Amino acid sequence: MAHTKAAAEAHGHGEHGGHIIVPMSSYVKVLIALLILTALTVAVARPVSGFDAGIFNTLIAFLIATVKASLVLAIFMGLKYDKKLNLAIFLTGVFFLLVLLLFCVLDIYTRVHVQSTL
Amino acid sequence: MSTASAHAERHSPLAHHFRDMAQQFDAAKLGIWIFLCTEILMFGGLFVAYIIFHGLYPAMFAEGARWCDWRMGAANTTVLIISSFFMASGVHYTQTNERVKAIRCMAITIVLGFVFLVIKYFEWRHKFELGLLPPHFFHYQGAHHKNLALFFALYFCMTGLHGIHVVAGMCLITWVMIRSIKGEFNSEYYTAVETVGLFWHLVDIVWIYLFPLLYLVG
Repeated sequence: MAHTKAAAEAHGHGEHGGHIIVPMSSYVKVLIALLILTALTVAVARPVSGFDAGIFNTLIAFLIATVKASLVLAIFMGLKYDKKLNLAIFLTGVFFLLVLLLFCVLDIYTRVHVQSTL
Repeated sequence: MSTASAHAERHSPLAHHFRDMAQQFDAAKLGIWIFLCTEILMFGGLFVAYIIFHGLYPAMFAEGARWCDWRMGAANTTVLIISSFFMASGVHYTQTNERVKAIRCMAITIVLGFVFLVIKYFEWRHKFELGLLPPHFFHYQGAHHKNLALFFALYFCMTGLHGIHVVAGMCLITWVMIRSIKGEFNSEYYTAVETVGLFWHLVDIVWIYLFPLLYLVG
């Protein structure tokens, strides 16, 4: 929905070298969504509300943060309307971060004694 | 920058080595996204350290998070999200040639960045007073977990690096705001506003992850 509006508005403003003007209504919707998700991430935190999903606590917090980050990336940063090259560059960065994480985790957790005192 | 090129720039924002404004804009966007990638990887190293140590010492992170006031963290999250909204609006109004609104949005963004830093200052001061600091400086006596200093090593590195980015972002927004006041941007040329905005949103994204990971675990 927002996509067609933004595209239409950009077209309406003439040829700005392919510049996309995201409508303010999209920004307002994202702002409200981000604030609601912030309240949600607080509400499902065990130290705050006592809600406990066991080992999934951190995963849930991480997933909510990822939804929020995706909204910022897609609308505030305009990746949704932007050239796909910029999205590819961003995802490449994330991919190499995951590679770093994967090999560090494989290394550390396959050792026998990793617990130590400072 | 030589006087001649500065003079030429004042007449046209198009640098001579670009074919047209669109190509120049796309090149700038490409450059800033590659830069943001390096930022993701820099913060990423700290996040990887966090994940590994959290897996090894979950009780320590729960104890550390109890020293982080979630109300202040949530307040700062809200402040940064709203600031991101105003930055995005600043770009929007620059694109639509509504200069006064754009400048107002940028000013609000800077003020919100300052509010974030003030809240951060009170949090840090509290931890400095108690001695909840990284190893070597740690002198809090009542720690339950023997490695609690490790949590605060991560806490200060992550929030410190993020704080430096907030300060840098505020300086950059001030710069584009001054250029906006001078009337250097319009719907045809607003590359600096757009790219500084992208940087500010990345700073927001990093905090979106830092808040639950540091304040709400346990």
